[in-house]
Amino acid sequence: MKIYADNAATTKMSRAAIDAMLPLMADTFGNPSSLYTIGQRAKAALEDARERVAASIGAQPREILFTSGGSEADNQAIRSAAALGKQAGKCHIISDPIEHHAVLHTLQKLEKEGFEITLLPVSPTGLVDPAALEAAIRPDTCLVTIMYANNEIGTVQPIRALGEICRAHGVLFHTDAVQAVGHLPIDVGAAPIDLLSASAHKFHGPKGVGFLYARKGVRLTNLIEGGAQERGKRAGTENVPGVAGMAAALEEAVASLSANAEKLTVLRERLIRGLQEIPHAALNGDAVQRLPGNVNFCFEGIEGESLLLLLDDRGISASSGSACTSGALDPSHVLLAIGRPHDVAHGSLRLTLGEDATAEEVDYLIQSVAQVVAHLRSFSPVWRDLCAGKTPFLL
Amino acid sequence: MALYSEKVMDHFRNPRNVGILEDANGIGEVGNAKCGDIMKMYLKIEDDVIQDVKFETFGCGSAIASSSMATELIKGKPVSEAMQLTNKAVAEALDGLPDYKMHCSVLAEEAIHAALEDYQRNSEKNGTASEKN
Repeated sequence: MKIYADNAATTKMSRAAIDAMLPLMADTFGNPSSLYTIGQRAKAALEDARERVAASIGAQPREILFTSGGSEADNQAIRSAAALGKQAGKCHIISDPIEHHAVLHTLQKLEKEGFEITLLPVSPTGLVDPAALEAAIRPDTCLVTIMYANNEIGTVQPIRALGEICRAHGVLFHTDAVQAVGHLPIDVGAAPIDLLSASAHKFHGPKGVGFLYARKGVRLTNLIEGGAQERGKRAGTENVPGVAGMAAALEEAVASLSANAEKLTVLRERLIRGLQEIPHAALNGDAVQRLPGNVNFCFEGIEGESLLLLLDDRGISASSGSACTSGALDPSHVLLAIGRPHDVAHGSLRLTLGEDATAEEVDYLIQSVAQVVAHLRSFSPVWRDLCAGKTPFLL
Repeated sequence: MALYSEKVMDHFRNPRNVGILEDANGIGEVGNAKCGDIMKMYLKIEDDVIQDVKFETFGCGSAIASSSMATELIKGKPVSEAMQLTNKAVAEALDGLPDYKMHCSVLAEEAIHAALEDYQRNSEKNGTASEKN
């Protein structure tokens, strides 16, 4: 059996996305800035995509800026809000420690440039407390940036409550919604969100393209200079096929969103129940406020990379927050922030289901993970010490 | 391009000499769970020759493969020869490791040396220390 269970890393492109892209590569390849017909047709395709993307999240077309992906959108959103803040003499930004590195690293740079950064603690399931946010807001706070849903542990934040607090205090609110767009219902017209980042390849669109929603009136700062594209806010010839593919994928994802979420939630619960049968294993993230397809566990006494390699041998593509999988020394900053000790965080496994997953596949996942964990534990000195009572079980 | 060589994957999938030795007379453990790698080596040495060796490893694919290869390289060898084992020899025998995984071969070397040192301490304690240098 072959199971791709790493849909939080990237997704397979939808047929609709591919079909939308091909003619824009083969035939309508013109530069949207050119005045002749083939260029203007490309321009029309670009603006059509902008309208459809905007409509999918309840925005106005002019509030959508196309980018190279989620990371660029995060960088530009934060840089823009920081620039506006600095002009007004406000140099304090609030975020949390389980953000994507596109956010955290940008904040670290701003800190070096003189900004003050407050990272709100998260609960053991990864939730930000709205009351803690309200208490942290100061007169010089210019931005709050909190992700919609976490890419590793799937925790979905109380975005509306957080956004309302920001609005009440007149502070810009950005959310990295890379894992949420196309998977959770989002209406920026109704929700108090000023800036929102998204990435096409997380909802069956192409890689290398994403968008930044910036509420009308929020002035953006360029990351890339050199042309008048994207209303002068993002230079460079537009990725027309990519943008069109993104729009097609997003429309399709939004149209089947509730049916997909319902189906995936059932499968997710089946997977969680099955994996909970493995001794000394624990679910990471919130049991209820959770992305429909996300399952993340820690297994005591084993290391994640070897788990992934053996699952790959069984046809399963998954990921881990182990340090060894990234070449870093520390395991996932998200798992550490929710209080998992290093030794336990090394033994993490993330399975993110796609919309085409089946109950049969979920059962195969459960069986395979149980077997591989048991095998790795059979020659783990850590597991031996735990079983012998030399060291206490943490899970 | 695969992450690891075929040799690494072979030793990872089918680790040699895995387990423990109840009658080991040299045991070495290195690494720590915090960093994600622990290796434990069990040696049974008689007449200054490594008659048997087993290992247990908590760690990534290359850590498991490095332990497995290290046991193969010293099994049946005289203690003096096993003391010369280097991480380079382990990595080369595995047809190479990615740069950021070289520390796994270092751990394997250290685990073997720790077990040999334990054996020597035990021998001295029991008054049966080897005469050889």
